[in-house]
Amino acid sequence: MKKKLLALLLTGAMVLSLAACGADAGTADSAADATETQTETTETEETTEETAAAAETTDGAVTGTLKLGFIGPITGAAGQYGSLANYGAQIAVEELNALGNGLTIEYQPEDDVHDAETSVNAYNTLKDWNVQAIVGCVTTTPCIAVASEAYSDRVFMLTPSASSPKVTEDRDNVYQVCFSDPNQGSKSAEYISENNLATKVAVIYNNADAYSTGIYQTFVSEAENRGLEVVSTTTFTDDTTDFSVQVTDAKNAGAELVFLPIYYQPASLILSEMDKQGYEATVFGVDGMDGILGIEGFDTSLAEGVMLLTPFAADATDDATVSFVKKFNDKAGETPSQFAADAYDAVYTIVEALNAYAAKNGALDVTDLSAEELCDILISTISSDDFSVDGLTGAGMKWNASGEVNKSPKAVIIKDGVYVGM
Amino acid sequence: MKKMKKHTKNSFLNYGIIILFFIIFQTLVSTKHISNSLQGQLIPICVYIVMALSLNLVVGISGELSLGHAGFMSVGAFSGVIVSTALKHSVENGALRLLIAVIVGAIIASVAGVIIGIPVLRLRGDYLAIVTLAFGEIIKNFLNVLYVGVDANGIHFSLKDEASLGLDMATGTTIVNGPMGAVGITKISSFFSAILLVLVTLFIIQNMVYSRTGRAIKAIRDNRIAAEACGLNVTKYKLVAFVVSAALAGSAGALYALNYSTVVPKKFDFNTSILILVFVVLGGIGNLTGSIIAAALLTVLPELLRAFSDYRMLVYAIVLILVMLITNNEKARIFTTELKYRLKFKKKQIGNKEVSE
Repeated sequence: MKKKLLALLLTGAMVLSLAACGADAGTADSAADATETQTETTETEETTEETAAAAETTDGAVTGTLKLGFIGPITGAAGQYGSLANYGAQIAVEELNALGNGLTIEYQPEDDVHDAETSVNAYNTLKDWNVQAIVGCVTTTPCIAVASEAYSDRVFMLTPSASSPKVTEDRDNVYQVCFSDPNQGSKSAEYISENNLATKVAVIYNNADAYSTGIYQTFVSEAENRGLEVVSTTTFTDDTTDFSVQVTDAKNAGAELVFLPIYYQPASLILSEMDKQGYEATVFGVDGMDGILGIEGFDTSLAEGVMLLTPFAADATDDATVSFVKKFNDKAGETPSQFAADAYDAVYTIVEALNAYAAKNGALDVTDLSAEELCDILISTISSDDFSVDGLTGAGMKWNASGEVNKSPKAVIIKDGVYVGM
Repeated sequence: MKKMKKHTKNSFLNYGIIILFFIIFQTLVSTKHISNSLQGQLIPICVYIVMALSLNLVVGISGELSLGHAGFMSVGAFSGVIVSTALKHSVENGALRLLIAVIVGAIIASVAGVIIGIPVLRLRGDYLAIVTLAFGEIIKNFLNVLYVGVDANGIHFSLKDEASLGLDMATGTTIVNGPMGAVGITKISSFFSAILLVLVTLFIIQNMVYSRTGRAIKAIRDNRIAAEACGLNVTKYKLVAFVVSAALAGSAGALYALNYSTVVPKKFDFNTSILILVFVVLGGIGNLTGSIIAAALLTVLPELLRAFSDYRMLVYAIVLILVMLITNNEKARIFTTELKYRLKFKKKQIGNKEVSE
């Protein structure tokens, strides 16, 4: 009996923890928003039917209804990334539907809780919905699992933020909006050595995290080529909260620059620890560091002088970014991260590719196209040389046939509590 | 036909359920009357059934609470993937490679079971639960720093990073890449092989439970001191149950990993162990049929609840609580036993052993 009680208790504990994950404060809004988008699409569908009929005569226009799926961790431990990306994609869909030029996008987000198994289930659910193209997955591991399924089914995938090269490797139907990990690692090393930021470098990375380990590996090999000396390499895992060992090691090794290929939460703790130890070195981060200024209770003065490579800065003053940030704030109540911008660009890229195809080959009605036909159209268009997209995360984004994006990274430095381009 | 023993009947009932499950879904798949969503879950369902059955051997039959079952699953998963990838060119036949991978997964997981079992099974009750939990985490963290690659010279291991594997550039491939897990797995699991594994698991567990060893294990569970006084070797019998359970979990892990193109150590954390324990508790501790049904239903349930979007897991939790309450309700129990009684028109059968235990 005692055992049963204990078992029950533990089950109860799990149930509660699951419930806690599900009942995240922000998610109530997103559910409402999702239904809102769906009703909106059905409404616009009726009105656009007439315009679609009218538009059919015009040359090179894309008409019909496109079923666009989204897969990402909307709830769970990585829920932050997925829900922000989901909002970003929703904004793009709403904007495109509001144009009323004959193309209607039906948008269906599915949650994968950052788990490969659930992600494949989410993908299959989208398939039952007759999805034509997918924006996703948001995180790397689920994306690899789904990509191989989509590859055999011939469904086009454009991932906003799954950055591992393994996502696109050997698959012609998967494209990335974000930089791949090796790109980030080698670009960082390149940037550091070209700008003579330092010769002695310390690296602190999360060796239980695929993203962090991936960047670390390419950074180290590129650093070697460029004559940077990595004097201290220390690791931590997801549960680490005390970074004194790692920081002391870097300090004792005399590193002039600390490279942090990690997400912003641990990075904020490292910055505090460096401050505590009076260790003054340049801190260089990657796109995971984006968001560090938004942490509640974090003294942003500690982040002063931190450099990071990121494709998107929310305080940029160009019209597109300003309008996006405003819409995002209205919808989600927070400042968009790079994930949101990537997802926004992903939706636009798919539509732009269809437009480009239609401009070349005459009018295109997407309603009855199978996922396979659409996949071939998108692959041939996106990987072609004359196709490029000006998005929030970079101007003139181009893709090579292996699915990797080519855009220039923006290095930003934190000055007076804001990101400033360098 | 002579009257069968009750447990023999129960055994055949379990085989029957699985075979019926296979026939129904195989027909649905071949006639394309099944949704993609459900079709994709057939193999995971079988894997979780094997996991639940094997954990039931430890929790139900041997009476020890183990919270590290996912650890054995991950050992099987990764060793299965390593073997399968390493043999890619020498064994062309997918089914044969799967068989080898599952067997190797089972063997390595059972080795892990022995290593963990010897110190752990000296403990009792809650202490044992906590230590198995810790071992599950140790296995996960070990896999997080494990790097394995293969090239023309053979298999390379490292606990540092990918570069230190020293793989030959031209022929080498990294199989397990630390926290990034195994990537680029060739999918060779099939629904048929998964059903076979469930049947083999049932065969092993059911025959073991009703054998001399099984009776000894149950005797130790029911009264350790009396069993010891009868001359039973307590550690040995407990270890047998524990290792068999670990081996079956390992084989399930191999099958699971070879059904996806990627697998990461993080998947096999504490939550997965608890999930499997939930299957066992919900199905009834010691009740194999219950484990099968609970594992199948609870694997499908979250997907059926997708209509609730973000509240999916909340609804899932509520359903779990309700099912727990109903199955443990005294009135509901009396009702079901009476129902059974009326259906059978037999002599008093109230006090069904599995239910009242």
